[in-house]
Amino acid sequence: MSEAAPGSTANIWRGLRKHRIALLSLVILVGMIAACFAAPLVAPYAFDAIDLASLRHSPTFTHWMGTDELGRDVWTRMLYGGRVSILIGLLAALVGTGLGTLIGSVAGFYGRWVDNALMRVTDVAYAIPTLPLLILLSSYSGAAVFSMVVIIGGLSWMATARVVRSEVLSIKEMAYVVAARGMGATNWTLVVRHIIPNAMGPLLVGATLGVGNAIMIESSLSFLGLGVQPPTPTWGNMLMDSQATMASKPWLTIFPGLAILVVVLAINFLGDGLRDALDPRATSPVRR
Amino acid sequence: MGTYVRRRILQTVPLIIGISLVVFGIIQAAPGGPEGSLLGTGRFVDPQVILSYRHRLGVDQPIPIQYVRWLGAAVSGDLGVSFATTRPVVNLIVERLPATLELMASSFVFAAIIAIALGIYSALRQYTTLDVVATGVSFLGIAMPVFWFGLILQLVFSVKLGLLPVAGTETVGATSLADHLKHLILPAFVLSFRNVAGWSRYLRSSLIGVSAADYLRTARAKGLTERRVIGVHAVGNALIPLVSIMALNVADLFSGAVITETVFAWPGIGRLFVQAMFARDYPVLMGILLMGSFTVIVFNLLADIMYGVLDPRIRYE
Repeated sequence: MSEAAPGSTANIWRGLRKHRIALLSLVILVGMIAACFAAPLVAPYAFDAIDLASLRHSPTFTHWMGTDELGRDVWTRMLYGGRVSILIGLLAALVGTGLGTLIGSVAGFYGRWVDNALMRVTDVAYAIPTLPLLILLSSYSGAAVFSMVVIIGGLSWMATARVVRSEVLSIKEMAYVVAARGMGATNWTLVVRHIIPNAMGPLLVGATLGVGNAIMIESSLSFLGLGVQPPTPTWGNMLMDSQATMASKPWLTIFPGLAILVVVLAINFLGDGLRDALDPRATSPVRR
Repeated sequence: MGTYVRRRILQTVPLIIGISLVVFGIIQAAPGGPEGSLLGTGRFVDPQVILSYRHRLGVDQPIPIQYVRWLGAAVSGDLGVSFATTRPVVNLIVERLPATLELMASSFVFAAIIAIALGIYSALRQYTTLDVVATGVSFLGIAMPVFWFGLILQLVFSVKLGLLPVAGTETVGATSLADHLKHLILPAFVLSFRNVAGWSRYLRSSLIGVSAADYLRTARAKGLTERRVIGVHAVGNALIPLVSIMALNVADLFSGAVITETVFAWPGIGRLFVQAMFARDYPVLMGILLMGSFTVIVFNLLADIMYGVLDPRIRYE
């Protein structure tokens, strides 16, 4: 047994290495993210380059994922689209986790009416069906990457807030926290030094799964025409564009959906692996 | 139990008030105000006309008064009048409700049957081919965008194989029950897929969890058949938490229905919501959001109560 805390980098890494599928997922994710963010270097064409000689062409050697209705290379657009989709996923998960940590720690530390009020707000946010609310809000805001991040992140903090709050409640009376406070530690210091490291497991798992969830939401909103607008490609708006010609040009529908599937699948496996690696109870052989 | 239920119901009152405030606030925040969509944009409108519009809609009143009026009317079952159709919102919702209920109910029943069968099989025959395949498909089901799955099924079963209709509820001129059911298959399947995945995995681990319980040893020791031990004692106990999860997921079905109904042109509440969003028909949007939240609260309450009814160990003080 190591001396390191369950949330330490060394321990996470040790746990993950045992989890083959999670490790493979991490490799796939890093590869896809690298390819997408290096799109200008990797992509064979410009994302808005039009090839009038091959409109809606099925996959060939020059365009191995085919071309779309304007003769744009699908593989190129997949890379650029992935950049936007993954960016929205990462930032939205960051916003959601940050907001949840903030709300959860404020509720836990201040207790009494502050706690009560914040937890009732959380209940309300949980009760309103998320997707219709997201649809409505994104129909207001116009569809820039920034507003997608704010809207999706702003509606995905509730689970984190509950986890962080219960973590605060369980440790705030502990001797070492009382001692730290006696030595003049502020609430903020306590959150950063003690609460977040203790809640690292669920926070990291939640944030990881949050990335996949945000990518799915972005694609659903884009599918309804509410996501990031063309000509900026995202996997979601590529799917929306493809819907009308799905029967005759199926590759336009299959590839972007497959990309979402692979990324979200890899993120879920990684989340599972992290959960096993970070849960101290999972280190003992619970499975026979 | 009675007092517990009463207290739980009372607790939902502030929740409902909170939700109504949020829904009202969101509609107030609409660009151009809630009446903006009536006037249209980008053209000159006589200020006098705007004033009379605002007066007729009651939006010239202070916002707190508008809120109280709206809530009072909503409580008595009046959700206002649709901008786009000038018909009462309640009528529009009631008209679309049967289609949504049909879709949700059939997908729920389908998911429950398949998930329970698959969950039991997977738990009893761990790591067999079917168990491994079911696990794999579950992961796919959870990671797949609902609309994309719908599109792919349309592509395979409707376009390529020609077995099932692409969308809608009936073939024009060939209306029959069989025809209607054929239209139901794909959307109900798409809507149920995520729940089949989630529920069967849950039941599997829940069954494996109870498999070492003392009461199963007792049941075997007193000479019950293995069939009875598994079918009644093990499955019965493993199902208790699943029933609550199922009730909670009914609420998620509502979000799923928005996408599924749009993909399959299914004329239900979800599609009404998307259409109202494009038409900026705010009274309809408000009404559906309120109704959706109310459904979530009711099913959360049901999940809580059912847990207590099914598990006699749970006592409410």
